[in-house]
Amino acid sequence: MERDDVIEYSLDAHHSEEQGVILRKTIWKVTLILTIITAVEVTLGAFIKQSSDYWQIIKWLFIILTLVKAAYIVLSFMHLGEERKGLRYVILVPYFIFALYIIFILLYEGSAIAETLTQHAS
Amino acid sequence: MAGQASKQIDSKTLWGGKISPFSTSYGKLMMWFFLVSDALTFSGLLIAYGFTRHDYLGSWPIGEETFHSLPMLEGNYPLIYVALMTFILIISSVTMVLAVEAGHRMDKKSVTKWMIATIIGGAFFVSSQAWEWKHFIHGSNFGKVELADGSLAIVKGEFGDIENFTITQAGTHHQVGDVVTEDLKHEYTHAVAEGHVHNGMITLHDGSIAKISKQPNTDMTLIVKEYGGKYSIGAEITGAEAVDMYEEAVNSGEENRIIYGANMKQNEYGPQQYGQFFFFITGFHGFHVLSGVVINFIILLGVISGLYHKRGHYEMVEKGGLYWHFVDLVWVFVFTFFYLV
Repeated sequence: MERDDVIEYSLDAHHSEEQGVILRKTIWKVTLILTIITAVEVTLGAFIKQSSDYWQIIKWLFIILTLVKAAYIVLSFMHLGEERKGLRYVILVPYFIFALYIIFILLYEGSAIAETLTQHAS
Repeated sequence: MAGQASKQIDSKTLWGGKISPFSTSYGKLMMWFFLVSDALTFSGLLIAYGFTRHDYLGSWPIGEETFHSLPMLEGNYPLIYVALMTFILIISSVTMVLAVEAGHRMDKKSVTKWMIATIIGGAFFVSSQAWEWKHFIHGSNFGKVELADGSLAIVKGEFGDIENFTITQAGTHHQVGDVVTEDLKHEYTHAVAEGHVHNGMITLHDGSIAKISKQPNTDMTLIVKEYGGKYSIGAEITGAEAVDMYEEAVNSGEENRIIYGANMKQNEYGPQQYGQFFFFITGFHGFHVLSGVVINFIILLGVISGLYHKRGHYEMVEKGGLYWHFVDLVWVFVFTFFYLV
């Protein structure tokens, strides 16, 4: 008996051989981008010391490159970019609110504790 | 190709029941929700790491100073090994997405091929991590040294070979005049850590005392990590002075002047919490990878048996793929915040 409450959404994701060729091209392009970013990160990490004057810039560059990599993985490999807007927001929005808030509050608190400890030590 | 997901449907029909408002199956949606909660767990861990690190400022270990070894090779290769691990995981993520793509074309042969490649990549990553743990626990040739003024410093340099121990006082196992030539390094580091080396003489585990014959250490640099009264954090001591100060600690006969490797209580790289975070974060991630390999293997069996082909779609591969990409995603962050920054 055919059930009318089961909809196979995954059938909508099926595509033809020709479309597959284009998709695979995109996949390899993203692979190349991810590899280059990782190589750049490792080179900078190995050659620029944390005591260097440029360290602050490099540190932020690392964080930005990480977010770029993450975006490529989530939007392209996990196909979130192709999902409905509602689903995208359900996944990303709560995450950003909680994560950004807790990052700010805890790193600020951590630095404050370090300050207090050094004042006590001296 | 997004199909249904990008189709224009008015919101009354979309939210009116009967169909999924997100145009996604129940299984995929639940996988996404699981991943959101798992991502929050990992953020919690990494942010706790950041919090502790901000507590310690300069005494916290630096990635390229801590991770600079390759299997079977001597020398200094900062971050190369982790970079290799990262690359392996990215590639296995690519093979996974290729398996998903092949699934959308109902190409069973390609799905099988790419799934097998993904599993191999995952197994490689877990093994690499096992080696890194072993190396981390075992530690370096020099360990971390407590200098005469109480400062703690990490050590770089060339370790002089130990040639032999000549017994000068008999114990339960060795006789006077015996020359020990086996297991020297292991015996030596244990004795140094426990304070059983005194003025060039070593007390072996059987109670015998022996004279150490060892090539001198060369090219030594001590980098101060914790303030003890005389040197500021980050100060580098080099040349003959560094060798003398290190030898003083080795020959002091005091326990814990030199710490090798890592356990839950102490480690040679930095504060106690550093080791704990290393074990917990990379361990938790490694366990995710291991589960991913197992899940992928079970899915591979389903692919080979033709189960999904009969079903008419390879959505199971897609769901496994979501989890696998997530594991890669977490590693991207662990790589940056644990090893780079």
